Amino acid sequence: MATAHGAAHDHHAHGHDDHTPTGIKRWLYSTNHKDIGTMYLVFSIFAALIGAGFSVYMRLELMQPGVQYFNGADGTPDGHFWNTVVTAHGLIMVFFVVMPGLIGGFGNWFVPLMIGAPDMAFPRMNNISFWLLPPAFILLLMSALIGGGVGTGWTIYPPLTINQGAGMDLAIFSLHIAGASSILGAINFITTILNMRAPGMTLHRMPLFAWSVLVTAFLLLLALPVLAGAITMLLTDRNFGTSFFKAEGGGDPTLFLNLFWFFGHPEVYIMILPAFGIISHIISTFARKPIFGYLGMAYAMVAIGVVGFVVWAHHMYTVGMDVDTRAYFVAATMVIAVPTGVKIFSWIATMWGGSIRLTIPMLWAIGFIFLFTVGGVTGVVLANAGVDYSLHNTYYVIAHFHYVLSLGAVFGMFAGFYYWIGKMSGRQYPEWAAQVHFWVTFVAVNLTFFPMHFSGLAGMPRHYVDYPDAMAHWNYLSSIGAFLSFGSTIFWLIFVVFGTLLFGRKVGANYWGEGATTLEWTVSSPPPYHTFEELPHISPTAHH
Amino acid sequence: MSDPRADIAAKNRKVARRLFLATAGMGGFAYASAPLYDLFCRTTGFGGTPVVSQAGDRPILDRTVNVRFDSNVDTALPWKFQPLQREVKVRLGEEYLAHYRVTNLSQRPAVGTSTYNVTPETAGGWFNKIQCFCFTEQLLLPGQSVDMPVIFFVDPELDKDRRYDNIRTITLSYTFFEAKTERARTLLGGVAGNEIGKGG
Repeated sequence: MATAHGAAHDHHAHGHDDHTPTGIKRWLYSTNHKDIGTMYLVFSIFAALIGAGFSVYMRLELMQPGVQYFNGADGTPDGHFWNTVVTAHGLIMVFFVVMPGLIGGFGNWFVPLMIGAPDMAFPRMNNISFWLLPPAFILLLMSALIGGGVGTGWTIYPPLTINQGAGMDLAIFSLHIAGASSILGAINFITTILNMRAPGMTLHRMPLFAWSVLVTAFLLLLALPVLAGAITMLLTDRNFGTSFFKAEGGGDPTLFLNLFWFFGHPEVYIMILPAFGIISHIISTFARKPIFGYLGMAYAMVAIGVVGFVVWAHHMYTVGMDVDTRAYFVAATMVIAVPTGVKIFSWIATMWGGSIRLTIPMLWAIGFIFLFTVGGVTGVVLANAGVDYSLHNTYYVIAHFHYVLSLGAVFGMFAGFYYWIGKMSGRQYPEWAAQVHFWVTFVAVNLTFFPMHFSGLAGMPRHYVDYPDAMAHWNYLSSIGAFLSFGSTIFWLIFVVFGTLLFGRKVGANYWGEGATTLEWTVSSPPPYHTFEELPHISPTAHH
Repeated sequence: MSDPRADIAAKNRKVARRLFLATAGMGGFAYASAPLYDLFCRTTGFGGTPVVSQAGDRPILDRTVNVRFDSNVDTALPWKFQPLQREVKVRLGEEYLAHYRVTNLSQRPAVGTSTYNVTPETAGGWFNKIQCFCFTEQLLLPGQSVDMPVIFFVDPELDKDRRYDNIRTITLSYTFFEAKTERARTLLGGVAGNEIGKGG
């Protein structure tokens, strides 16, 4: 994708600028926000194929009761091997697919364009942010192969993590590097958004996607250092004789749970907020109306970000908190449904009475609202500590967070892809292939994850390689759905991605027409290598 | 043209410096949480952490609670560890001296340290220890057996709060682990010369 895209881009850009670097230097040394955004997107797609490959492997195993694929050398079921694959799937999807795709990819591409800045505030730091990711990814893949792999789940709880083999240290380093990459990126985004907006663009006139990235960047900045600290303590507990989390030395494993979820809960909002921003733009464009309740939408994201820092213990109701603490975390968690509800209803109110065009990005956006609402509703169910005592670590939880992340965040990514691919590449996607991709994916992901509610309610626990025969039916359906989803993704890669880049119809600056009002639609498609050398001026009456 | 750009660059650096400071602050907060968490549990008795206190005068009430004694040893430490009494009935405010017997079953000297906890967890704030073997590392020579004391009382203030009326039995639990601290090495250093058997 990189070369095909680059060639088309290059050819176009030469008309504007003589200083466009070429060949490998253009990418390796890149300080251009659009090129770095493209690299993030390519990286994210590549990592997604590996992460999704792991999930297909898992669904193959779970398709039938009994252990078919995850047997050790001696022919007996190998639960650790299973957990290694589970862990790799989770960490890859969180740190190397969703974050690079939504924040690094779309964020880099469109935040400077939307706020009318010539580039990011620190272009060379932007380059480091991206190039830290591939080594982090390689370390993570190696961790699954070395020292028996890391079979801990993405939550890496001690004491299990303290007894893992050498692969655990590689996984910890991988998270350190990926975290450093994200923190540098977050500092870059915040500085860009605070200092480099075009004249006349106040924060309250800033497009919602830029708002979503701003809030996300603050969450990254405050949450990731806590993870970095916690995994550094884990590293010294493992290798240098400290006992932060080791009971034998007076430490406490539940301290890690607190630290991890203090990071982990904001992290799930880090993954979904940029998708909120993208969906707002798409709904507004294809309803041909400005977004309903713009300020409410912006501050709902701020509220989600703030409250997201004080609800972490709802992931660990079962550690033995007293009942007052649980009552607080139940209440605080439910409060989050309020700003989230503001967003859902504002999207619906934007569509209400609009002249709606059911284009492909709009289909994904509506799909997003539906699926995210389903996931949100199960989230409110799980927020109840009493209910969670029986549903904790079951497939009901798996269904919940895949509805908000795998279907929420990923639908947001696909929506953004279809919305902006014309802008990024200068070519429009083939409609038929995009229709096939959307409908197959929509049916398949629901087929995969909806039955997990039932197996979860029936008591099927996560992190196990096998299950009782009674749960065979729903697991069989889930597996069929997973294979279809994966097939649909491969179809997208071949027919939509390559189809667009090689054979797509060329499009002009604003191919969505009326409704697409943000600044990225004022530059050509693809945009010239350097944009907004002369800063645009934003009039007070402009829509967002 | 160059002036406004230099201005922006300086402003950018200023913002970035603050953001880096915030990052470092949150990293420091993560580390500070370990001692803070410990301090919090010790002072509030959160999560069943018993309170350490001094001997002194306090009323002794008629209300009694059963105190049960539990003992555990980490598999890596070849010790036998048992309470000399399974259960006692104490009055609120009454100081009681209990003993645990610890025997080193191996052929090597070893230093152990124990962690402790009481259940129900809400009783943690009311369970006071005046003296306990768990406060320091313990050295046992090969085959040595020691009776280790713990002096405790249950705070009579417990009786005033009706939320704790259901507390009738408190279980005091210890787990011995092999100590690997600096002090453990010093203790072992004192006997290393006299010991021949290194097997374990």
